[in-house]
Amino acid sequence: MLDNLSLLVEFPAITLDVVLNGLLIGAIFALAAYGMALVWGVLNIVNVVQGELVVLGGYITFVAVQYGLHPLLGLPLSAAIMYGVGWLIYRGVIFRVVDRDIFISILATFGLSILIQQLANLVFGAEVRSVDAALGSVHFLDGMVTLANVKLLAFLLAIGAGAALWLFLRKARLGQAIRATAQNPRAARILGIDTDRVFAATYGLNAALCGAAGSLAVMAWTIHPYMGLPYTIRSFMVVVVAGVGNVGGVVAAGLGLGALENVAGFVLGVEFQIAFVFALMVLILVWRNLRAARQRSHLE
Amino acid sequence: MKKLVPGLILAAALIFGGAGARAEEPGVIKLGAAVSLTGKYSSNGNFTRKGYDLAVKRINEEGGVNVGGKPYLLDITYYDDESTPARGAQLVERLIQQDGVKFLLGPYSSGLTEAIAPVTEKYGIPMVEANGAAISLFQKNYRYLFAVLSTTDEYLRPAVDLAAALNEDPSKLRVAMAFENDPFSQDVRAGVMADMERHGMKVVVDDKLPPELNDMSATLTKVKALRPDLLLVSGHDKGASLVIRQLADQRVNVPMLALTHCDSARIAETFGAAAEYALCAAQWASTLKYSDPLFGSAADYAALYEQTYGEVAPYQAAESSAAVQVFADAFERAGTLEPDAVRDALTQTDIMTFYGPVKFDETGKNIKKPMVLFQVQDGKYVVVYPQAFAEGEIRWPTPAWSERR
Repeated sequence: MLDNLSLLVEFPAITLDVVLNGLLIGAIFALAAYGMALVWGVLNIVNVVQGELVVLGGYITFVAVQYGLHPLLGLPLSAAIMYGVGWLIYRGVIFRVVDRDIFISILATFGLSILIQQLANLVFGAEVRSVDAALGSVHFLDGMVTLANVKLLAFLLAIGAGAALWLFLRKARLGQAIRATAQNPRAARILGIDTDRVFAATYGLNAALCGAAGSLAVMAWTIHPYMGLPYTIRSFMVVVVAGVGNVGGVVAAGLGLGALENVAGFVLGVEFQIAFVFALMVLILVWRNLRAARQRSHLE
Repeated sequence: MKKLVPGLILAAALIFGGAGARAEEPGVIKLGAAVSLTGKYSSNGNFTRKGYDLAVKRINEEGGVNVGGKPYLLDITYYDDESTPARGAQLVERLIQQDGVKFLLGPYSSGLTEAIAPVTEKYGIPMVEANGAAISLFQKNYRYLFAVLSTTDEYLRPAVDLAAALNEDPSKLRVAMAFENDPFSQDVRAGVMADMERHGMKVVVDDKLPPELNDMSATLTKVKALRPDLLLVSGHDKGASLVIRQLADQRVNVPMLALTHCDSARIAETFGAAAEYALCAAQWASTLKYSDPLFGSAADYAALYEQTYGEVAPYQAAESSAAVQVFADAFERAGTLEPDAVRDALTQTDIMTFYGPVKFDETGKNIKKPMVLFQVQDGKYVVVYPQAFAEGEIRWPTPAWSERR
């Protein structure tokens, strides 16, 4: 561990490389986290199946590439198909648990995640899958800093999607309906908003965002059926830190998490990278709880 | 149901063979095997079964085995262990107790072999296995366990060997290692550590990869900064896929890269040019120049397998066929079908097969067959080690990314 720290000091370019790569990775987390924030804010559901939606998005791109499609075209395809999948999941399961206790929705989405894992294992096999987008990478500082173009693309896409989402929620009719429903579903219904349709669209939008994230993940790394949980945890953390109605906060938290995770992986060793993410989540929850307790005592 | 058909054939053979009692009628040697026909090992379990079946078919076509002047045909009773160790152990009890099997062929995977070995040991039933490579299997003083394949600690030793041979002063070599934190990869690591110490090589990176590995960039950034001469990676399919993808993405230059599982991860097919120069450890290849009288050369075996099953011969099937050949050889040398005599004959095994030479040490592992190293050359897997049986020359050192197209 000390060796690794001294390496960072000895080669400042390496530090830059680790941090920049972390930021780019964080963009993929942010993409999935937008969706979770939406679903959480509008449907009041903690969507435990988030990571599996990401993995499914990856498989769609993988299969499309097997049929000769260019990986980059797999990205919108994944998003589009996953919108439909999200809509079906809402119509099949989620609408039954929307108004129920949060515990029930967590159980329901947890069940869905197990179901999707097993189905993916059955259909696609347990093998590790990856897609070569052949995008190459840019490098500078004597090759010490390299950024894979697919990660740069992910970064731009995450920022673009964030901006688009922000605009959509403010300007578009459906976006305004989503916000109204999030504020008060009952009042929204009284004012003639079909909240059921809004919920379905929100969940579909979430799945589409996850699909895009998964498509980028299969190009940047690898996927396999049981890889969803770390994505769920990361999305959850990002939303817990940023809050549900804060698109800019989600981007910042996502990028920050990516950078922290990458530095931790470098300094502590990769075997502790995911452990670090989980430990960080516990710390953040404790911190949130303490802060909430302080606010409560304030009210009294 | 799956065992019903061979069971009926066997019953028929026993009834008619026994009733006739003619001297020229060949006898039947019953072998048993619990293999994973369903569950998570089902694809490799089926390869195992096909390997056994193909060897039995060939041996029976050639008139069976000659034990003490009388010909015998081979027959295998199969059960499906559903890829679960507890079920495997139960089924082996059943094979021995109820079906009267006196000779066992191994299951697929080290885990299942580990579950079964205590049972065969208890009943004194010899088992020749072809798909359990964990070195721990051979550290328990089992007397009835024999394995035709190379053990896990052997996997990357050829790479260290090659690196030492290619460089003028091996003690100046600096090595980076990334091994998954699971029994298999840690066995592989232990195997190369001993060799590297012997050569005086220096370890500059020694990372443990987590089982849920999804990103190796932290390790590879270290490799980029420290510029080792050799990078060794073992982390199943994930590790192989990630290291190839991310070495290219991060443009990390390393003169020699050796890994496990690149055949199952299909690195050449998936990653194209990025996979060039990678060295891959494997148990067997159809391009090796091994041969035996039953199957002919390794290429002949591969052709026969493909003709029989309509798919390319995987090494899991090849080693399984070799296990049956080893049994056949031991039956003939023992001259009797008494398990202990066959066991003693097995310890004296020293044969050449299309799969490679087989000779067991006192723990029952095959000490004569080296691991094979492939190199990805122009999109093909070319065997470059062991040199005497190889088809091509190693391309070394790997040029820098800036000099690759």
